[in-house]
Amino acid sequence: MTRKGRRLVLIGAALTVLGLAAALVLTALNDTIVFFRTPTEVAQRQVVPGERLRLGGLVEAGSVVKQGATVTFVVTDGAAKVPVAYTGMLPDLFREGQGVVTEGRLQPDGTFAADTVLAKHDENYMPREVADTLKKSGHWMEEAQKGRASGAGGGALTQ
Amino acid sequence: MIAEIGQYALILALALALMQTVLPAWGAHRGDPTLMGVGVPVALVLFLFVSLSFAALVALYLTSDFSVVNVVDNSHSRMPTIYKITSTWGNHEGSMLLWVLVLALFGALVAIFGGNLPDRLKANVLAVQGSIAVAFLLFILLTSNPFTRLVPPPAEGADLNPVLQDPGLAIHPPLLYLGYVGLSIAFAFAMAALIEGRIDAAWARWVRPWTLAAWVFLTLGIAMGSYWAYYELGWGGWWFWDPVENASLMPWLAATALLHSAVVMEKRDALKVWTILLAILAFSLSLLGTFLVRSGVLTSVHSFASDPTRGVFILAILAVFIGGGLGLFALRAGDLKQGGLFAPVSREGALVLNNLFLTAATAAVFVGTLYPLALEAVTDDKITVGPPFFNLTFGGLMLPLIFAVPFGPLLAWKRGDLLGVAQRLMLAAAFAVVAAVVTAAAEDRGPVLAPVVLGIAVFVILGALTDIVERSGVGRVPARVCLSRLAGLPRSTYGTAVAHMGVGICLIGIVSESAWSTEKIAGLRMGDSFTIGTRDLTLERMENRTGPNYSARVAVFTIRQGGISQGTIESGKRTFTARRMGTTESGIRTFGFSQLYVAVGDEAPDGLIAVRATWKPLVTLIWLGAVVMALGGSLSLADRRLRVGAPKPAKRRRMVPAE
Repeated sequence: MTRKGRRLVLIGAALTVLGLAAALVLTALNDTIVFFRTPTEVAQRQVVPGERLRLGGLVEAGSVVKQGATVTFVVTDGAAKVPVAYTGMLPDLFREGQGVVTEGRLQPDGTFAADTVLAKHDENYMPREVADTLKKSGHWMEEAQKGRASGAGGGALTQ
Repeated sequence: MIAEIGQYALILALALALMQTVLPAWGAHRGDPTLMGVGVPVALVLFLFVSLSFAALVALYLTSDFSVVNVVDNSHSRMPTIYKITSTWGNHEGSMLLWVLVLALFGALVAIFGGNLPDRLKANVLAVQGSIAVAFLLFILLTSNPFTRLVPPPAEGADLNPVLQDPGLAIHPPLLYLGYVGLSIAFAFAMAALIEGRIDAAWARWVRPWTLAAWVFLTLGIAMGSYWAYYELGWGGWWFWDPVENASLMPWLAATALLHSAVVMEKRDALKVWTILLAILAFSLSLLGTFLVRSGVLTSVHSFASDPTRGVFILAILAVFIGGGLGLFALRAGDLKQGGLFAPVSREGALVLNNLFLTAATAAVFVGTLYPLALEAVTDDKITVGPPFFNLTFGGLMLPLIFAVPFGPLLAWKRGDLLGVAQRLMLAAAFAVVAAVVTAAAEDRGPVLAPVVLGIAVFVILGALTDIVERSGVGRVPARVCLSRLAGLPRSTYGTAVAHMGVGICLIGIVSESAWSTEKIAGLRMGDSFTIGTRDLTLERMENRTGPNYSARVAVFTIRQGGISQGTIESGKRTFTARRMGTTESGIRTFGFSQLYVAVGDEAPDGLIAVRATWKPLVTLIWLGAVVMALGGSLSLADRRLRVGAPKPAKRRRMVPAE
């Protein structure tokens, strides 16, 4: 085979692999990405039931009800509320009145069936998406929620 | 006093790093051997001063000196000594200091072991290393000083984030940094080659051991991080496709590709331009990882604190080194002489295929990691690119590659015989098919693809063995000859086989855990039992315990299989006094290569305790596989040819000129 022929084979192989990669990435981006929504957006029916999404906000005080391994609570951004049901282990720092991000699907009856609950992993930390949500809805309390300015400890989202 | 010593040592280190950048490079430019020679002692002294600074910080933590902000924020006088030491790098400032310490260590190692390098190459390598040190020392001194004092000092510290109070913190970051930062050597060599405008097979032989060492550490570091997340976060996942994990996976993929392309360059003098580009990309991805983790653009376990000036600073470092590296590459790559021809079906061809797939997989992970950031910046839409994306793209690209792994080492250089190789792999393939069929028959759960993947994993392991067995001539020659042949095989041949077997072992663990785990979530009262797999768990009692800086509530379960007791398993929650923060301590029992994983939730007012138990078949193979890969890398590293084979500079001045 000539040098040119070999080079063509090489370029052909490279294009094939890159094409495969591009096809996989585009397919996956269409099918697998999950949007972050606020309770307000859910209430305004911007969300199709059954679509997988992340819902974030504050856990409403007094709304947590545990029954065995199933727990229900209300996520709010101050303007709207969405009831959430979840079966499984709650993260260590899941608390009423604190920030939370849940992932799952909205049911036709308006409850959100979560299969994943993420909470902050530090007293002073608020998931970034939740912080943005609260800022947007005007419920952000700068001093109380910002935490120590000196930059201590880890902000962490864990499952 | 100690804090000031640490601070001054760091400032002096910056001055030394500037010297290491300017003097050898200038010497190399002017051809002045004295100036070029300055690089070696300066690199050693730089390491000494960074070590001194680091030791000062460790000493501050050990003595719980609460007049230093960094110690106040991340330590507590009642923490066990081991955590006092590890919390040195369990925070942003300290971990950056560790980063620079490892960088200086590698610079010193080049200075010590680089005796057989040509003077000019060594001078340029040290200069590039020095410039990276300058950038990161400036970063620490200007934005992340760990020695800042606090007046008046508080009586007690805020404690280390409880999640980090674990032996994992002693091992994971140092290993990971040895890998991450070790890639800077490959980058420095690539830069030096481009500055000189010439490169040959000997260059690859010098670069390969450094890349290999970095790769071994990176492999172990990633595996360690994965196991740590698995047992500490109480969730039982071993890989989350978290952007920070991806940040370490991308350099690993690029380094793996680099290792393989450097083989082609060393043996056949081909793929030069590509190898240089990979060396630049691998370290660029390390820097990108540092940016993602340290700038606070991501939220994860690793983002200790976010401060916009830090992000901008690291972004600037990123732009200078990646831009500079790629710019120099664009200017000079055309001058590099192309070497060795090879047929598409050949060992070289197989290694090119390996590189294609690995870089494509890196690109897929890159897109998945950065797309949400880009989208949010442009459209304000917040999205999550989660495991389904990566499983499809990364899996879809890695599986064909892994299937091809056994073919590579069996193909001849220059022109290979694919049909012949396929015939030699028939036995391995037959066993793999049997394994897949048996698994499919035995396990009716899980995706259809799972037994196929298991078969591929078995094929890779047996295929790697095939190479060794064939070379020894088992069955064709007397046992004595066979043994002496085995003893005579180069270590790098064993290294290749062992590392490839590690890939197969890891894949078995991944597919078993993903496809055939059983999970059960239940609310239990004292004395209640439930069945998980073939075992019965009974909640026996709840105990209160106290640790040095926490109190714990522990659930004790007994395990029975077929009525026979197999001991107990404990899982609980710790509450840390200083931060009033809890952690879940998962209970793990290992049976063979499989594990039983138990996590408990809070006790509800009605006395019910939420319990999640998971049976994870062959899960430990995931990490054992990684360890075997690293072992293979170490075997290769021990190969004589890599240690002493590099020719002495005096006899080897006639390097191939660029033109």
